[in-house]
Amino acid sequence: MRLPCPICGERDIREFYYQGAAVALDRPDLEASVEAWQDYVYLRDNQPGPLREMWHHDSGCSAWIVVTRNTATHEVLGAALATDVKRTKA
Amino acid sequence: MRLANKGLIDRKAPVSFSFDGVTYNGFQGDTLASALLANEVRLVARSFKYHRPRGVLTAGSEEPNALTTIGSGAQADPNVRATVQEIYSGLEARSQNAWPSLGFDAMAINDLAAPFLGAGFYYKTFMWPRAFWERVYEPIIRRAAGLGALSGQANADKYERAFAHCDLLVIGAGPAGLMAALTAARAGVDVILADEDSIMGGRLNAETHRVDGQAGCDWAASVVAELADMDNVRLMTRTTVTGAYDQGTYGALERVNHHTNLRDGKAVLETFWRIAAKQTVRAAGALERPIAFQTNDRPGIMMAGAVRAYVNRWGVAPGKTVTVFANNDDAHRTAINLQDAGVHVAAVIDSRANAKALGDYRLITGAEVCATSGRKALESITYRTASGSDSISTDCLAMSGGWNPSVHMTCHMNGRPTWREDIASFVPTAGSIPNMTVAGACNGDFSTAACLAAGVTAAQDVLAALGVKFVDVTIPEAENSVYKMEPLWAVAGKGRAWLDFQNDVSVKDIKQAARENFRFVEHMKRYTTQGMATDQGKNSNVNALALLADATGRGIPETGTTTFRPPYSPVSIAAMGAGAQGKGFMPERFITSHAATVERGAPMMEAGLWYRPSYFPAKDETNWRQSCDREVNLVREAVGICDVSTLGKIDIQGPDAAALLDFVYTNMFSTLKVGRVRYGLMLREDGHVMDDGTTARLSDTHFVMTTTTAAAGQVMRHLEFVTQCLRPDWDVRFVSVTEQWAQFAVAGPKARDLLNGVLDTPIDNDNWPFMACGDVTVAGVQGRLFRISFSGEHAYEIAVPARYGDGVFRLLLKQAEAMGGGAYGMEALNVLRIEKGFITHSEIHGRVTAFDVGMDRMISAKKDCIGKVMAQRDGLLDEDREQLMGFKPVGVVKQLTAGAHFYPEDEEATPDNDQGYMTSVGFSPTFGHFLGLGFVRGGPARAGDRLRMVDAIRGIEAVVEVCHPVFLDPKGERTRG
Repeated sequence: MRLPCPICGERDIREFYYQGAAVALDRPDLEASVEAWQDYVYLRDNQPGPLREMWHHDSGCSAWIVVTRNTATHEVLGAALATDVKRTKA
Repeated sequence: MRLANKGLIDRKAPVSFSFDGVTYNGFQGDTLASALLANEVRLVARSFKYHRPRGVLTAGSEEPNALTTIGSGAQADPNVRATVQEIYSGLEARSQNAWPSLGFDAMAINDLAAPFLGAGFYYKTFMWPRAFWERVYEPIIRRAAGLGALSGQANADKYERAFAHCDLLVIGAGPAGLMAALTAARAGVDVILADEDSIMGGRLNAETHRVDGQAGCDWAASVVAELADMDNVRLMTRTTVTGAYDQGTYGALERVNHHTNLRDGKAVLETFWRIAAKQTVRAAGALERPIAFQTNDRPGIMMAGAVRAYVNRWGVAPGKTVTVFANNDDAHRTAINLQDAGVHVAAVIDSRANAKALGDYRLITGAEVCATSGRKALESITYRTASGSDSISTDCLAMSGGWNPSVHMTCHMNGRPTWREDIASFVPTAGSIPNMTVAGACNGDFSTAACLAAGVTAAQDVLAALGVKFVDVTIPEAENSVYKMEPLWAVAGKGRAWLDFQNDVSVKDIKQAARENFRFVEHMKRYTTQGMATDQGKNSNVNALALLADATGRGIPETGTTTFRPPYSPVSIAAMGAGAQGKGFMPERFITSHAATVERGAPMMEAGLWYRPSYFPAKDETNWRQSCDREVNLVREAVGICDVSTLGKIDIQGPDAAALLDFVYTNMFSTLKVGRVRYGLMLREDGHVMDDGTTARLSDTHFVMTTTTAAAGQVMRHLEFVTQCLRPDWDVRFVSVTEQWAQFAVAGPKARDLLNGVLDTPIDNDNWPFMACGDVTVAGVQGRLFRISFSGEHAYEIAVPARYGDGVFRLLLKQAEAMGGGAYGMEALNVLRIEKGFITHSEIHGRVTAFDVGMDRMISAKKDCIGKVMAQRDGLLDEDREQLMGFKPVGVVKQLTAGAHFYPEDEEATPDNDQGYMTSVGFSPTFGHFLGLGFVRGGPARAGDRLRMVDAIRGIEAVVEVCHPVFLDPKGERTRG
């Protein structure tokens, strides 16, 4: 499998560390409800199909990237720097 | 028998080799199979289950019968297909699965017992008693079922792994593959052309077809020569593309030196390639399928296409009198090729009533071969027509049931092939592998002309996808015969008609599986073993499916295929794991004091990839405990030196550096004064402890964080996550400097005296109090000094650039020894920290919270931090949770062990009664007995309780008293001295 790092280009999967769904970007506030925190830390939909997920290019440029991948086919539909994704949201 | 003037072998280069101890001669270019056939060796193997005599069936990697062991001793390579193994001078090959010899095999008695050994025999027979499964039945089955065996010795042969990238990967160098590669290469794209054979050309080397007015093999050689001259082309012979993976990644096995006698441990034997291709053309050809008829497995019965290959490519006649049995026109060319080579053709038996002869040979139409005779070699066949039956004396039968496109790899990513009624076979379903185009015979185009044209078309598609302009290519003239075939899967009749030669599966087994309701194709496969082992049913699968379809009253497409999985043909684990054997699996990281440490005889222990000293044995010390006790004492009483460079060191700088630390640590760092160090506790977002360590503030915007050795990588990744994914607005940068700084602990009451002997400017308690840090100069070298302690003593850590590490370590050690101190290793370090109740990853093992280790008050109320909210959950603050405490032995048994569990003193050691567990233990010379750290229900409330400590694994039981985890100097007076 190969992933398109926005900084390094397409690289072999062995260079990356996998984290899970990109929900990780949406950290709740300190005052948010226990339910919101439970959702953030533990609950994932786990549906087959396109999923935005976090990968760390730890044997490359150290960038965290948000990869959109179809979990049923492994088709990679896009990738962006997590920094850019987070800034766009803010 | 060798034929004159035929074949692509070098008759000027004779090669001598041995098979089962007998020396034979062949020529350069021979395979073991062709050379054995040239020497009229027919019997080459015994079958897997019934030990029936078997000969060579095919001329390629799909060979099910002719499996041999090549070489001897540690280098013995079992299950090598004789049809793939090229001969070289001195090659030693041995037959397998026969005892005492290939000619007389005692286990052939299985063949007589065959009526009892059919499908499901093992499942039905080896059922009861259950206790026999592993001890009795499995060894019996494993001994009886035979493929070749590994030597059991470590093999010194060299294997490599390699990576390649290309615009276009062409798999298979037959007419379609060559044209695809040529068309794409001329257009200028980067091409890799891979073929499993030793010479490229595919069937063109095995047939007499002419291409562009020249011999097919010569045309192929001319194309290969043109490709070889192009800088944008890499030709890979003896390379099998074994699997298709995501995003255009392919696995490929290159057999680099199996065809030579270079086995000196330096020459690479095999290379496992990972090829990343933007586009792929699969032109892997087709495989001929046998026909099932009674005793169709005798040595001398071969595939018709293989017979042509032996005649045309290797100049070998597989028999003196050959008969052909087929259901298609293509196989008739076998008779013509044989006749042209001067070999007698007894007859062509064609199952089709309307078959026409293509040459001058005896043709028997509407006929089927229904029996054969000859124990170790074919002697005669019996055929049947509507008007009766007759026999023919023959020593070779060339059979063909038609051709199966090689769909395998197109199914590696969940694809399923499509049934094509007109050729009665499966073809790849378009789009099964992203960016792969299928061309030629593996797509169901069987004529040479169609293959050549398909190669060009495929390349045009590839070029269009790559956005590269197509350069016009002329498609050469070639034969364009129509594929005429009528399906014939099995000839009706009694007796065993073999389908899967490798696994001894017969038509009867398939019918029995269906009868016993193993009707689903995957169930049939497991029940009968059809399609397993090294050939994976390449010859037999389609026939078996057709028969299962027939037995279950379904169509073939409805019956479907079993799942094709990589690898296409066997790959040694050594090749796939190349580079990861021995130290390659775990590279070594050495501390700068490694040489000085080893010089002192210290045994090294692994800490992740790092190597650290266990202890430094002094003269007359005979076991590690003596050394450890002495080292603990010298730290407590004088001064000890320990290399602590393996701890992770992260240099953090920027206006928001303090904000980052406040966020990742539970406690406050923005209030830390410049020139001071603070201990920090780091949580995961789920509220459990991730890591701990000290962080020093070197300036307003500059910190140096230390992590534990074990979690250095994880913490680095965590900091990257926090700064990139959660707070990209912060202006902060950091980098790992673990390997840039050598750092040594100087611990003990004489630590400052020692330092003042080496520092260019002396220090005192006022300018360098506990938890102070700053720049120092040691023997002229700029370094940093931190007054921190992991031993509970008055202690420092001194850091210098790594290039000075060896020198500074030796200097510190010399000073220490002069003061009654010395070096201490990991064992002593562990005892020292247990005496002080300091935690390591033995305690913060991933399931404990700040509350559990008694540090919940370190979670600052004044700010947010990672893990803060989740750490406050009710269940994580329950007083009854297992919490960190100390333990000491109070019973007869004085030994404590890590991993032991606690139970109430008067109750049974059962999971229901579990009170907690021990995480760290050490013998404390300071206290004169063992000390332990561990977790116990109720934590501090249990102080003074007596518990049963039970180590069920080591069989050790002791009575312990729960106590405060800090055994030594709970007020910390020694550190401040």
